[in-house]
Amino acid sequence: MIQDHRDELVRLDQAIGDADHGENMKRGFTAVVARLDAEPPDTPGKVLKLVATTLISTVGGAAGPLYGTAFLRAASAVGDASELDCDTVARALQAALDGVIARGKAAVGDKTMVDALTPAVAAASCAEGTVAAALAAAADAAAEGANSTVPMVARKGRASYLGERSAGHMDPGSRSTALLLRSFADTAAKS
Amino acid sequence: MTARVGLVVVSHSDMLANGVAELATQMAPDTTVIPVGGTEEGGLGTDYNAVVEALTDADAGAGVVVLYDLGSAKMTAEMAVESADDPTRYAVVDAPLVEGAVAAAVAAQGGATLADVATTAEGASGETPAPTPQRPALHLVPDATTAEVLLTNEVGLHARPAALLARTVAELDADVTIRYGTEEANAASVLALMGLSAPGGKSITVVATGKDAAEAVRRIEELAERGFDD
Repeated sequence: MIQDHRDELVRLDQAIGDADHGENMKRGFTAVVARLDAEPPDTPGKVLKLVATTLISTVGGAAGPLYGTAFLRAASAVGDASELDCDTVARALQAALDGVIARGKAAVGDKTMVDALTPAVAAASCAEGTVAAALAAAADAAAEGANSTVPMVARKGRASYLGERSAGHMDPGSRSTALLLRSFADTAAKS
Repeated sequence: MTARVGLVVVSHSDMLANGVAELATQMAPDTTVIPVGGTEEGGLGTDYNAVVEALTDADAGAGVVVLYDLGSAKMTAEMAVESADDPTRYAVVDAPLVEGAVAAAVAAQGGATLADVATTAEGASGETPAPTPQRPALHLVPDATTAEVLLTNEVGLHARPAALLARTVAELDADVTIRYGTEEANAASVLALMGLSAPGGKSITVVATGKDAAEAVRRIEELAERGFDD
């Protein structure tokens, strides 16, 4: 997923950032896949933790510490559960959002991944009870959240240096968050 | 000799990190300043593992002040500090990178504590000299040792001479103020000294108090006579 969208993320970041988000994310998740293949962890929590530590050490841009913190917090929320029920997934998403906010000090409206992740957490309802349904709702909300960043003027991150000129472009971090959630949802739907 | 506070400079660019470290160590040759710039592959970005390693390498026992260039370097630095065995040994400071590194390196050279080096870095700015601590006006300071000192070198109290003077004072138990014209600067602050813009050929007034006041004045006179070794 990230591989397929590398160029798109680069283009978005070229408009308002330093054009490295796509490449950084690709490098990070390529390393994640390699490590997961080499030594598959036996619990979801351990998978999340491996993703976190790999992203932190390989991404090289702001997405490293931000996604790293998100996956680390999610790993803690999941604990050593052997399977994920819907409530645990919802808790993990909330923990991830809290982690991103704590690390990046961004709020909704700052034109960051928080604008995608916040509505996603709110939408991840377990009313239907299935993980797949909750993640699908979260992914839809994240995509909408990412779209909502287009008119925003960035207040955090590299794009904030552009001031008013950052308006009119989607925030690359919100887009990659939406892509990741879509990928989680698709995987959950298949399993 | 007690250990000095070390510095780590985290930048997106290897060249920038090295340049800042070069500048800082020129002013404070005995302070450990470790540059960490760029990604593992040599591109622009920050390398978490390298920062973690640098924190350990820079710590001689008195702690480490960490400076950064842009937002994501700050996040990487904060994560590295949080992952350390004892995060209280490290201070990530919100400071102008170049001025902060120079001011912090000189403060560390003088034996300042972790908290003081951090505060010095955060107070550093290119526009105004680091604030001089509140003190009575010069003519009201009782028992001060004062001297007029002629700056015999060509550049006057510029970067390297200012650093040399600050280092000299830092070794002594004395509070020293330098006056040039109507301006005053705390001699412990290299940036404040530079902010005086005292040129060669002019005189400065040295006002010292404390146990080593006389020795401080003597050493500054000696430095000036030697033209700050320029």
